[in-house]
Amino acid sequence: MVGVILLTLIVALAVLAPVIAPQNPYDLTQLDILDGRLPPGSESFSGLVYHLGTDSQGRDILSGILYGLRTSLIVGVLSAFAAAIIGTTVGLIAAYVGGRTESAIMRLVDLQLSFPTILMALMMLAILGKGVLNVVIALIIAEWATYARTVRGTALVEREKEYIEAAEAFRLPRWRILFRHLLPNCLAPVIVIATMQVARAIGLEATLSFLGLGASVTEPSLGMLISTGYQYLLTGLYWISFFPGIALLITIVSINLVGDRLRDVLNPRNA
Amino acid sequence: MSALLEVRNLVTEFGKGLGLLAVNGVSFTLDRGKVLGLVGESGSGKSVTGFSIMRLLDKPGRIASGQILFDGVDLATTSEGEMRRLRGKRIAMVFQDPMMTLNPVLTVGTQLIEAVLAHEAVPKEVARQRARDALGLVGIPSPEERLSAYPHEFSGGMRQRVAIAIALLHRPDLIIADEPTTALDVTIQSQIISEFQRLTEQSKTAVIWITHDLAIVSRLADEIAVMYAGRLVETGSVAHVLGTPRHPYTRGLIMSVPSQNRRGEPLRQIPGITPAINRLPPGCSFRARCDRATEGCSAMPELSWEGARAYRCFHPVEGPTHER
Amino acid sequence: MAVSLIRRLIQAIFVILAMTVIVFVGVNVIGNPVDILINPDANQAERLRVIAHYGLDQPLWKQYMLFLQGLVHGDFGNSFVYGRPALSLILERLPATLELAISALLIAIVIGLPLGLYAGLYPNRISSRLIMSGSILGFSLPTFWVGLMLIMVFAVELRWLPTNGRGATAEFLGAQWSFLTRNGLSHLLLPAFNLALFKTSLILRLTRAGVQEVLPQDYIKFARAKGLSERRIVFVHVLKNLMIPLVTIIGLEFGSLIAFSVVTESIFAWPGMGKLIIDSINLLDRPVIVAYLMMMVILFVGLNFIIDVCYTLLDPRVRLDAKA
Ligand SMILES: Nc1ncnc2c1ncn2[C@@H]1O[C@H](COP(=O)(O)OP(=O)(O)OP(=O)(O)O)[C@@H](O)[C@H]1O
Ligand code: SF4
Ligand SMILES: [Mg+2]
Repeated sequence: MVGVILLTLIVALAVLAPVIAPQNPYDLTQLDILDGRLPPGSESFSGLVYHLGTDSQGRDILSGILYGLRTSLIVGVLSAFAAAIIGTTVGLIAAYVGGRTESAIMRLVDLQLSFPTILMALMMLAILGKGVLNVVIALIIAEWATYARTVRGTALVEREKEYIEAAEAFRLPRWRILFRHLLPNCLAPVIVIATMQVARAIGLEATLSFLGLGASVTEPSLGMLISTGYQYLLTGLYWISFFPGIALLITIVSINLVGDRLRDVLNPRNA
Repeated sequence: MSALLEVRNLVTEFGKGLGLLAVNGVSFTLDRGKVLGLVGESGSGKSVTGFSIMRLLDKPGRIASGQILFDGVDLATTSEGEMRRLRGKRIAMVFQDPMMTLNPVLTVGTQLIEAVLAHEAVPKEVARQRARDALGLVGIPSPEERLSAYPHEFSGGMRQRVAIAIALLHRPDLIIADEPTTALDVTIQSQIISEFQRLTEQSKTAVIWITHDLAIVSRLADEIAVMYAGRLVETGSVAHVLGTPRHPYTRGLIMSVPSQNRRGEPLRQIPGITPAINRLPPGCSFRARCDRATEGCSAMPELSWEGARAYRCFHPVEGPTHER
Repeated sequence: MAVSLIRRLIQAIFVILAMTVIVFVGVNVIGNPVDILINPDANQAERLRVIAHYGLDQPLWKQYMLFLQGLVHGDFGNSFVYGRPALSLILERLPATLELAISALLIAIVIGLPLGLYAGLYPNRISSRLIMSGSILGFSLPTFWVGLMLIMVFAVELRWLPTNGRGATAEFLGAQWSFLTRNGLSHLLLPAFNLALFKTSLILRLTRAGVQEVLPQDYIKFARAKGLSERRIVFVHVLKNLMIPLVTIIGLEFGSLIAFSVVTESIFAWPGMGKLIIDSINLLDRPVIVAYLMMMVILFVGLNFIIDVCYTLLDPRVRLDAKA
């Protein structure tokens, strides 16, 4: 319950960022370099109060966090969603077609799953180059296999059940059996995994951005903000890294809490 | 001479104050070297009685009241350290499912040797020798090699022999055997029962043999105690209780066993099932299934003594079973 | 058993081959190294000379064969940036990364295992609940941010520990190690702890789950019935059963630790492979990227292989299956 409330709040903040943020942190004309690195609670010449301080370019940290949440959520949801669609389709096909195709697909899945996500993501970024979009693509490629394995497992159980046999006896086309009959029954585990995956993707995007492989300096995501604050940390200017990190933490924890709850409610066997 | 084991008004509950009394006021005594058959349907509280004596109840089970006097020591209240010294040494236990009683990742030898060392400070070599002899004693061929084998390399019957070997290691005064043959094939069942009987007689070990099977009880036991829904409903010598049962439930049990001297009669199952312990009707627990029940049975009958035997019933059955 | 090992070895080699194709095609088809290799002001002749020098004018398949050949000889070409063999660049930094990853793994085991055991043995204690809540936090906290906070608290505020580089090192087995000197050790502490945090939570939760699965088993009850001490039950009977899943996970997670050290190395300016690969990705230093990726592939496949072997050694049941 706490998770749901928190998450709703976070999503609302992210969606409404342009309305409620004191400043557009991506609009360089609004930034005043003279306001750089002000501590929390400082006031600018224009009378704007920087509740959480500013970064080195004079960017309001609070606004940066609100806009950064947008990026994080979009990256997280987009990559988890796309990976879910691809992985589910592949898993369903593997389970339904069987034979050589299935074992080939499952080999690939096992291969992929034996490497940690961050390594897959690094590999993809090494190939694709830097950038937020490439991070999304890397995350999709790194995560689809989880869904494929789970969906195949669930679908294999479902395939043996009577209603599929009945559907086959009626000579319904294969794709219809796949998507109208098998798919709905595989959805519960997919939803649970996808929720957890959003949290993981957000964490990974932040990590990759922190490493300088994701968002650009002019449109900072949470990871990027933390990264720019890193060099000032040693001189005691904690707020540039601290507050975005807290925002990130709360986001990830609340999504994980929701995921846990979903797992209990939907009670899938394979997630 | 006083009895080896005297259980007095044992009450074991699951869930504090919830009234989940798996064992409710059970009393019996057992002399040295004697065999008590503890019978009753599934869920009647036989295993819980056994585990109460061992003080190995699963959580949240606990002994709520009563005494378990073992050679003068009250096991219900004695210290955990004292219990640990008694377990395996003077009171041993054999479980129902031999497939589950041995640790799958330790060799049989390790599990025997540690049982020796738990109670005797002997060199490891001596313990190993003891372990090997114990395996030989329960009829396991080439015991030396088998010591280094893992449980999964043994059949169910062989594993139960190992468990019995462990139970007998220290020639305990009492063995609680909780349906040790139920999970086995009939032929192996019979072998194991004979072995068990031979070995316990040799070591003068008293046995509580928990079972559903009246045939086994009639073959093994001196005394019998019948449990129903956590209570003792009838107890006495095997000859008395099986020959002339007083409690309608005991009689029902006997009637449902195929037997030589009732040939030609139809087998009669007791109708209905054991009520769950959290939904017991007031009064006699057997009332809903009893063909002798009357209005008066809505009170709880006390144990009535008839010499050395006792039963818990307002309208006891008279005369031998088959005449009815 | 030998047969199954050989089969797994062949499988492993196939996986490595498959990954060489993926890595090679990926790096060569996308991203043009010529652009960063050549000064934009260079004339055409200069361009062609450089392209020919690095073999970039050859057809792809030929480049791949050259690449494979190089792989076998450990030759990935010279780094575009450093002008030195890519592999030796990486190998130079390998000890630093290994040291960090191994320290982190040790910390994770030393903290995670006992806490997990405790939380599993006494699930209802408040301390256990605190431990479990803490582990959720350990899961959710982004590693890099924790690293920054560690720096803030222990280096900036408290001034207890340094945050930069490996500190003094000493030679051992032909490589430089930080843990051998006091100064080096103080440099190692924060990064290792940072890297360990996530895995500590993982091992803790796995251990707890394992304990809770093993404890209710009959063989644990039987071990108690033998009169074994609680210590022996926990540290032999429970722990030995936990070892199988734990070794698997720990093996797999070691690889992931090496991959994740990228983050920690960047934060603490730890001069390992991870820092090198990030710089190389930023500079499109293709030979180093390829060499790193292939190192990781071989490392992971090798680890999986070792885990399989360990598994066989630890679980007697698997051993038998392989023999049959
Ligand atoms: N761990 C437990 N938690 C809650 N209740 C329990 C537990 N163990 C036993 N009980 C209760 O105690 C009652 C008696 O169980 P017990 O195992 O003694 O039956 P039994 O006579 O041995 O039956 P069976 O022949 O099936 O072994 C059961 O009805 C059960 O409800
Ligand atoms: S007391 Fe009544 S109900 Fe209970 S067994 Fe006797 S006759 Fe039956
Ligand atoms: Mg039982």
